[in-house]
Amino acid sequence: MANEVQYIFDNQNLQKSEPQKFNPEDLKREEMIINIGPQHPSTHGVLRLEVITSGEEIVDVVPHLGYLHRCFEKHAESLPYNQTLPFVDRMDYLAAMNSEHAFVMGVERMLGIENTIDKRVEYIRVVVAELNRLASHFIALGTYAMDIGAITPFPWMLRDREHILRLLEWASGARMLYNYIWVGGLFYDLPVGFEERCLEFCQYIKPKLKEFEELVLQNKIFVDRTANVGVLPVGLAINYGITGPMLRGSGLKFDLRKVDAYSVYPEIDFDIPVGKGEMGAIGDCWDRTWVRMEECHQSVKIIEQCLTKLTGEHKRTRDFDPRATVPKKIRPKAQDFYVRAENPKGETGFFFRADGRSDIPYRCKARGASFVNLSVLGELSKGGLIADMIAILGSIDIVLGEVDR
Amino acid sequence: MKFEEIISNLTSKFGEEFIVALHENASPKCIEINANGLVEAMQYLHGTEKLYFDSLSCITGLDNGVEAGTMEVIYNLYSIPYGHHLMIKVKLGREQPTVDSLTSIWKTADWQEREVFDLYGVHFENHPDLRRILLPADWEGFPLRKDYEHQTYYRGIKVAE
Repeated sequence: MANEVQYIFDNQNLQKSEPQKFNPEDLKREEMIINIGPQHPSTHGVLRLEVITSGEEIVDVVPHLGYLHRCFEKHAESLPYNQTLPFVDRMDYLAAMNSEHAFVMGVERMLGIENTIDKRVEYIRVVVAELNRLASHFIALGTYAMDIGAITPFPWMLRDREHILRLLEWASGARMLYNYIWVGGLFYDLPVGFEERCLEFCQYIKPKLKEFEELVLQNKIFVDRTANVGVLPVGLAINYGITGPMLRGSGLKFDLRKVDAYSVYPEIDFDIPVGKGEMGAIGDCWDRTWVRMEECHQSVKIIEQCLTKLTGEHKRTRDFDPRATVPKKIRPKAQDFYVRAENPKGETGFFFRADGRSDIPYRCKARGASFVNLSVLGELSKGGLIADMIAILGSIDIVLGEVDR
Repeated sequence: MKFEEIISNLTSKFGEEFIVALHENASPKCIEINANGLVEAMQYLHGTEKLYFDSLSCITGLDNGVEAGTMEVIYNLYSIPYGHHLMIKVKLGREQPTVDSLTSIWKTADWQEREVFDLYGVHFENHPDLRRILLPADWEGFPLRKDYEHQTYYRGIKVAE
């Protein structure tokens, strides 16, 4: 074993596997290629950017992806639906509950059991999904401030996120990759006392959000760095397939929780914040960040309403079994099915083809919101400064697990 | 707009033969069309006032296997102002799967088509930048094809047993 060759080194290996799109010899005078990543804090993971600059100005940006490709779709083609769920967690690992919710909804609708699910199960799903949305937005806001040069907000946000992760760990046993929402039900009921603790957390987080807003969003340096930077007009956003807070930051009131009204969202009262161009043009980096901040407030509102239901109308009973409607055999009829749901990053979709003969999907395609949102980076960055490109990339809020799948 | 109205719109514009098959059990309901007329049909669906499918949510590649000898590319459309969905499907020969690119209509098609090319080897005509996107450029084969067999060694590293 010791003498076995593990890797054949070749000077040209990088050139062969991930060649640059631009040839240095074709560049104009004063232009040069700068390579950012794949290991770079501001790329939020393993993303490599090939940047053509002319002085400080950006001529073009070519993202090179795939450093975190883990063959989700190939795995899904060889595993039953319920066993694919842990892989779904690992796509958007910052918001695993939301992806699980989307996937599970798709399978339930294919089986036609979506109306048999207990209301308490649905409310618990929404609570954990919204908690996870908060956690994901905290990371987005904290790292964004750090990209721009403010160190303080990041540990503050991590501190607050830790409360959420502990709550979710209490419920599911895992900090980030839960496998908690099952097809037809839940892994477990909420632990005793969860509702009270969660309500305490809601009370705790409200002033912290306000504090963060004053510290970052109203900060002059932050406004100078983000207002009027990376302006994304709404028409272009739709053409690029942009969804989520980015699209809402551009001023379109489009949220799948309202549009598709899935799960128990129609029974809950919440607003959809949209970018208004308060600090600059509509659809700039500041607007996108502000939308995320406002969504945190809305998520807290949603959680509180769900908790009221979970301690009142749908309160814990002795005979409540979260696995009561979990099907023994998941075998949908032969069909093509596309399901979508609102994740913190945008529209996460799953395309299934069931052949009607097995528990394994013939094809399972995941549409990652980050993947599609990232594709606009080149268009937004062109003509700006290198520092602006970092600000734009941060405001897109990508998670590489979902980009590369 | 209802599915039937979309179909009657399409048939009145392009003729009856244009639609190859209807898949009503799909969700959203699916129209299978001839690959030759894809771009015109999409331009019509995107540009016509009452239809106005302004958002291309998802492009999926699919391999039906060696026996069937076909591949499919599936497009999920959505109209944000009207709120209607549509699934469009084209069937391609497995030997040289080629279909026109939709990048002239939706810019999101760029990366999504690159992904289908990367994993299935479907060639998109008139695509501005058709390169592999997720896998390394020197990877052999198209992993999501049903008859795919991975290379045993990649740069001296054993890929798998």
